[in-house]
Amino acid sequence: MAEVHHHHVHNQDPEAGAEQRKAIWKTFWILLIITSLEFLIAFTVPHGVLKVSIFIIMTIVKAFYIVGEFMHLKHETKTLIWSILVPVIFVAWLILALLLEGNAIFEAIFG
Amino acid sequence: MAANVTTPGAVEPKMWLGGIEPMKASYGKLMMWFFLISDTFTFSALLVAYGTARFSFPAFTGKHEDFTFSNMYWPVPERVYEAVPFLHGISLPLVFVGIMTFILIASSVTMVLAVEAGHRMDRANVEKYMLWTILGGFTFLGCQAWEWSHFIHGTDAGSVMKVIENGTWIEKTIFGANLTENQYGPPAFADFFFFITGFHGTHVFSGVILNILIFFRAATGFYDKRGSYEMVEKVGLYWHFVDLVWVFVFTFFYLV
Repeated sequence: MAEVHHHHVHNQDPEAGAEQRKAIWKTFWILLIITSLEFLIAFTVPHGVLKVSIFIIMTIVKAFYIVGEFMHLKHETKTLIWSILVPVIFVAWLILALLLEGNAIFEAIFG
Repeated sequence: MAANVTTPGAVEPKMWLGGIEPMKASYGKLMMWFFLISDTFTFSALLVAYGTARFSFPAFTGKHEDFTFSNMYWPVPERVYEAVPFLHGISLPLVFVGIMTFILIASSVTMVLAVEAGHRMDRANVEKYMLWTILGGFTFLGCQAWEWSHFIHGTDAGSVMKVIENGTWIEKTIFGANLTENQYGPPAFADFFFFITGFHGTHVFSGVILNILIFFRAATGFYDKRGSYEMVEKVGLYWHFVDLVWVFVFTFFYLV
């Protein structure tokens, strides 16, 4: 118990981490507002390329805030940031390859 | 962790002898990041496969209000997910999945607040926020169990569909969905629903287990004794990743 007490005294400053907590809540509101906007768009914008594009952009923005702020990646070293981001290129390739494939299957059956 | 500890009087840390942490991140944190990258590929494969299946099926082209369930085209998500507990028979498209999204985002916030408290060695706040995070995780799992149950049992009237049974086309009423029959659309749609939300739910479940373990160790003073709450941060990374995956599942399964 003595050790616990020691640590507590050591960090008594209530302002410690206040800025970080502010950033956390700011991120929460951003995520909440974007999600609410997505709902609004889901029922107001007609289905099409525009709607899908808006959704994808909003998803990437949300991912940026979750990974950057919540997972703290924005504040890591540059090498770590790139080590995580560069492999995602493979996913971009996967999307391109398999969506073209899906389209080709559609053309073959229904085209 | 051993990698962070510099024993007083020990040899000065040397760059190539394990003395300096690569990318200024501890071994455990780095390995968590690389595990999450591999998990990203798994979830990407599932979601992109869903995209392939969707692109290879005809889309519903008529007016939104004329939409009926059929296995001839891919269903419109807001007509599939429109049920909310205790509000039977009322059409509330995407409301329940919206609540689930909010729960998961909120639990991500309490998780990051626990991590922040851990940096200050503030045990009481780590315990408080871990408990909120665990509660959020269980609530999400409960919601998902209800959603699955509704999806499996289907609507009151079911859907009349033409299907092949024992080599001949027959017309029959299908209620709900399993891996071979689906009242909402092509069977592949239900298969992806079960696999993608199921795989995500499994991640949430193991995340809750890890969170309970972290809470237990924090509450029993284990991290105070160790002098570091970094485990909260590592498990936090996993928990945020689960939230991140849900953001993508939400967009590509429920919105688009």
